[in-house]
Amino acid sequence: MPATHTGASTVVPTAAAISAAGLRKSYGDKLVLDGIDLRIAEGTIFALLGPNGAGKTTTVEILSTLIAADAGEARVAGCDLAREPDGVRAAIGVTGQFAAVDNLLTAEENMFLMADLHHLGRAEGRRRTAALLRRFDLADAARRSVATFSGGMRRKLDLAMTLVGDPRIIFLDEPTTGLDPRSRRTMWDIIRELVAEDGVTIFLTTQYLEEADQLADRIAVLDRGTLIAEGTAEELKRRIPGGHIQLSFAEPHRFQLAAELFETAVRDAESRTLRIPSDGSVSTLRAVLDILDGAALEADTLTVHTPDLDDVFLTLTSPAHPTTSRSAS
Amino acid sequence: MSTASHAVADSMTMLRRNLRHALRYPSMTFAVVGMPVMMLLLFNYVFGDALGTGIADAPTGSGDYIDYVAPGIILMAATSGSLVTAVGVCVDMTEGIVSRFRTMAISRGSILTGHVVGSAIQTMVSIALVVGVALAIGFRPNANPAEWIAVIGLLALVTLALSWLAAAMGLVSKSVETASNAPMPLQFLPFIGSAIVPPESMPTGVRWFADYQPFTPVIETLRGLLLGTGIGNSGLIALAWCAGLTAIGYLWSRVAYDRIVKR
Repeated sequence: MPATHTGASTVVPTAAAISAAGLRKSYGDKLVLDGIDLRIAEGTIFALLGPNGAGKTTTVEILSTLIAADAGEARVAGCDLAREPDGVRAAIGVTGQFAAVDNLLTAEENMFLMADLHHLGRAEGRRRTAALLRRFDLADAARRSVATFSGGMRRKLDLAMTLVGDPRIIFLDEPTTGLDPRSRRTMWDIIRELVAEDGVTIFLTTQYLEEADQLADRIAVLDRGTLIAEGTAEELKRRIPGGHIQLSFAEPHRFQLAAELFETAVRDAESRTLRIPSDGSVSTLRAVLDILDGAALEADTLTVHTPDLDDVFLTLTSPAHPTTSRSAS
Repeated sequence: MSTASHAVADSMTMLRRNLRHALRYPSMTFAVVGMPVMMLLLFNYVFGDALGTGIADAPTGSGDYIDYVAPGIILMAATSGSLVTAVGVCVDMTEGIVSRFRTMAISRGSILTGHVVGSAIQTMVSIALVVGVALAIGFRPNANPAEWIAVIGLLALVTLALSWLAAAMGLVSKSVETASNAPMPLQFLPFIGSAIVPPESMPTGVRWFADYQPFTPVIETLRGLLLGTGIGNSGLIALAWCAGLTAIGYLWSRVAYDRIVKR
């Protein structure tokens, strides 16, 4: 288990930064969200994972007061979404899928605009602008028009603008979509830092399984408007029996012999490979190698496959898939 | 803190933002000033002689065509300014920045107020430029200071009304292209009024329209104030139109804005 402290039953439960029950939304005939329940503890990173069109952005739009849900209720930062939207707005910051920056202004002017709208006062606005631009490595570009910025710089400025108001809860809708690998790493570092240093709560959506795995304390998988799984990355991985050691043999004869040694293995005679169920531990691997040694057999290739979120995702989101033979675990 | 003072502060912030856009990218303002200036030159130098002869008996003070046409063209400066509002509002709505504004605890109307007041200021500047050009090419008004102030006041009211209407058009336009075409009818309306030639010279149906459309009383009032021609009840009718159009534009904008929020 990672170092995150999961609330034991004896401890007073941490206050929920975001809680929602039965959120529904449809556009015309198309049902986009079909009853979403959420509970996100303060100071944690929550990832909403799902393919395109699953309803991730709609969820963010509802929770950030941009659109109204058709049914259900939610509280964000202790304020009811429908009754106290301004209370919610005062506590949140939103960085959407498409950078919400003013292209006709400079980076610094964009920041001042935010400071003015938060009624910070001139000196404080300048102080925060300078600090944030420095923190996000944008100080050198402060006086440049945003129209000349790269995608990565734009996203960083967008997030910096969100932070001017010192939000307690930050929504990040696909914060790294379209970024190159280096910018993505930078964005990840920034997100981790926000939680570690400022103690904010982060609600992020992503279609990248690795991103959720890297960042999130808890992950919920959204598919066609319904939450189909929720838990830590570890918990989700445990839900599917994806781990195995794969042995493949060039010679049919050796493949036959090996197949007799490993009775539990799944055989594929055509490619002459064996998939031996495994928990990914070194001892299991050693046991497999010992058996092969004992029989004086050598595999041509050996790969260890540990279940990753891709497995979770594919298993959970495609119920019609033939390989969903779930063993009781 | 009071919400009213926040509303004013937020609107001022938005106004500063829009004026900064205008100063940094003045091409829009030039385009908006350019149109009426071109009209003025075209109607004075190209059509002026023919049209001037045709309307010789219209009361224009001096009898020069420039004196007849200038007030109408000055009004056109106000109508072409509405383009700035429509495009500015639409650009904001189609880009991500408005979503950011709407997730912040800022006064709801401030985005639109900033646009409307900002482009009204720009339009007044471009009106001043058009007046300057008109004076330079021979427009000779005989208005006294009080009449000039009344002219400025009326033009400000017209500009405000047109800006609110254009803001609503910008809100309901799905693309910037649509938004830049939407105020077109407003820009053409003065032609089917008393801007270029007197309505008396038009066929009956068109004349009826020209007499009763909003810009004719505005033009007649401007002409009266600037050149001393008869105003009659045009002044009151013009003010009523301004108030009515402002109310329609404002309410339409509110409804259109709320619809975007709810989707």
